[in-house]
Amino acid sequence: MGASHAGAQVAASLRQEGWDGEVVLVGDEAALPYQRPPLSKAYLVGRSSREELAIRKTEFYAKQEIRLVRATVTSIDRAAGCVVTSEGETLAYDGLALCTGGRARRLFLPGSDLPGIHYLRTFADVETIRESALPGRHAVIIGGGYIGLETAASLRALGLEVTVLEAAERVLERVTAPEVSTFYERVHREAGVDIRTRALVESLVGDLRVREAILAGGERIPTDLVIVGVGLVPSTELAVDAGLEVEDGIVIDDHARTSDGRIVAAGDCASHRMARYDRLVRLESVPSAAEQAKTAAATLCGRERPIAALPWFWSDQYDLKLQIAGLNTGYDEVVINGDPAGDRDFSCYYLQRGLLIAADCVNRPRDFVWAKQALSKGLEVDREQLEDLVAS
Amino acid sequence: MSVVTFISHDGEKHEAPLEDGESLMQIAVSNMVPGIDGDCGGEAACGTCHVIVDDSWADAVGRSTSVEEEMLAMNPEREPTSRLSCQMTMSENCDGLVVRLPEFQM
Repeated sequence: MGASHAGAQVAASLRQEGWDGEVVLVGDEAALPYQRPPLSKAYLVGRSSREELAIRKTEFYAKQEIRLVRATVTSIDRAAGCVVTSEGETLAYDGLALCTGGRARRLFLPGSDLPGIHYLRTFADVETIRESALPGRHAVIIGGGYIGLETAASLRALGLEVTVLEAAERVLERVTAPEVSTFYERVHREAGVDIRTRALVESLVGDLRVREAILAGGERIPTDLVIVGVGLVPSTELAVDAGLEVEDGIVIDDHARTSDGRIVAAGDCASHRMARYDRLVRLESVPSAAEQAKTAAATLCGRERPIAALPWFWSDQYDLKLQIAGLNTGYDEVVINGDPAGDRDFSCYYLQRGLLIAADCVNRPRDFVWAKQALSKGLEVDREQLEDLVAS
Repeated sequence: MSVVTFISHDGEKHEAPLEDGESLMQIAVSNMVPGIDGDCGGEAACGTCHVIVDDSWADAVGRSTSVEEEMLAMNPEREPTSRLSCQMTMSENCDGLVVRLPEFQM
């Protein structure tokens, strides 16, 4: 269930693991499973096509006998071992993979249902944005997270005036150190983006479409279109209805199993009880969706392949490639390699109790590869080693 | 039909039909060649599509670009003809290409 990165990978991996029964992939979009990260980047600026973004082509699914069904699942009957789709079809299962992903978190404000207010999660969303993203127009982006900032960079490339409204003290507040936030605020400002922090939107006003964003305090920001990037809500309703354990996401163990042994889950909808961090972690990342999906398929085939890969992420904005190794949650200090205040490349290493736990590397793939390998292998890297590295 | 051959670390051969204009990583993923992940979808961001080009093909397909170089530099299995297969666009001239896979991807 769910035909994005995780679902498509489960289907492919089932064949790789030797599953010889039927495989049905149920998804609610018309397109073949596609790469979502380029939506806010290459696809938004028109540098790639739907066809190019397909993870695999039609022939692959035909050859591997993976049946694609366009529908949503409306209920799961665990006792009977079947699901019912919105098309009225009943699909019996020996194994079920929940890869339901999530949807863009909605804004509930006066005026937030006006035409011209967009979310960004699908091909269709981006195609609608593109129609109104014309040079010279003014876009307001609500949310200074990765989606918001990537979208800001893309819209600047398309020649729009862009304002980013972030409610917190700094952009990327939830995910990076202040040094990294300051860096991104600087490069966006240098690119002509008006970045406003502590900017709380009170309402959106307009006539036939949105015309202004009104901030707490009364400032009015004129706009032609608004893009909202304030996070993702995991789609867990079916799992809840089916009585599976859900805590933020659908709870899975190291084998991607849910609280029902015949049901696995993977991707944005899954909360993984991760040995590495000794807590439940719900990751919104393609590499992690792929890793969990490979494990989910192995588990359905009765093979052991625990989820082991280190979480990692990337974000492209302008000429900047940010690569992130590990999770920085709980860090208590950082070591910076480079000059984020002046340059366009640096690394920010996160330490907890004196040991490396994560790294944000901007245009420094070598640092990223080094950190990813060290963390993956569980090497203990301390402050002194990092400082030596920085000095060298 | 034009083909490319992937040789896994333990010597197993996987042949895949060559698609003009596609990246070598895409061909591997479409044909479920084990050992090539391509997690980032071809952005040279993850380093999980590392291949080692057979010496006889090294000149024909070209050497690694600077972005690949950065990703490969710290890789312990890196060899002189190492490439990220997402950065290798295939053409009919690549018919018969042979690449080896490392033991581990990044």
